[in-house]
Amino acid sequence: MDQRTITRADLSEAVFQEVGLSRNESAELVEVILAEIAGALSRGETVKISSFGSFTVRDKGQRIGRNPKTGQEVPILPRRVLVFRASNVLKAKINNTTPTTADVEGE
Amino acid sequence: MTKSELIAKLAALNPHLYQRDVERIVATIFDEITNALARGDRVELRGFGAFSVKRRDSRTGRNPRTGEAVSVTEKRVPYFKTGKDLRDRINREFAAELAARAEPKPEAGKDMG
Repeated sequence: MDQRTITRADLSEAVFQEVGLSRNESAELVEVILAEIAGALSRGETVKISSFGSFTVRDKGQRIGRNPKTGQEVPILPRRVLVFRASNVLKAKINNTTPTTADVEGE
Repeated sequence: MTKSELIAKLAALNPHLYQRDVERIVATIFDEITNALARGDRVELRGFGAFSVKRRDSRTGRNPRTGEAVSVTEKRVPYFKTGKDLRDRINREFAAELAARAEPKPEAGKDMG
């Protein structure tokens, strides 16, 4: 089967079908949820969604990089990266296996 | 921020919704993403990031405690790539935070140059 790409439109359609809000309001709520998560991460907070996964930010120090084409050294400034760690429940669902009790409790 | 804190925030922003509806909305979104990944589909949320599934081939691993060889079957792992807008925003706020840490706030009444 071909791989499909799910977008915001699919998420708001699911909210519309599932909860019965208007299409407009469903789309707005999807947007607000993403904005709240993005806001927390921008403030440096961890966002933990049980049985889904957690988003954490990690600080990287300054280091010397190299332009692979020219070999020239360039400083890479300190930066903050976002890391997603999937929960064991999500990993199990992706592999069609049953999560163990320990996995579920570990959330 | 946890899922329940997110739900509480959304409920406060949307006083016309029942708490249980807000819970269902949040659950629906993450279930939708989970189900898509379980089907092997990709989830692309522009400006935020994209979730996809990567395949890891079967390999011979080792029990780190005993050194015993064990075969690890092929598996699929979820992967998230941060979107450009979110990445830029996180770094913009991080840069501001670093700058604020480096030079303490000027005191009132002092000459600010």
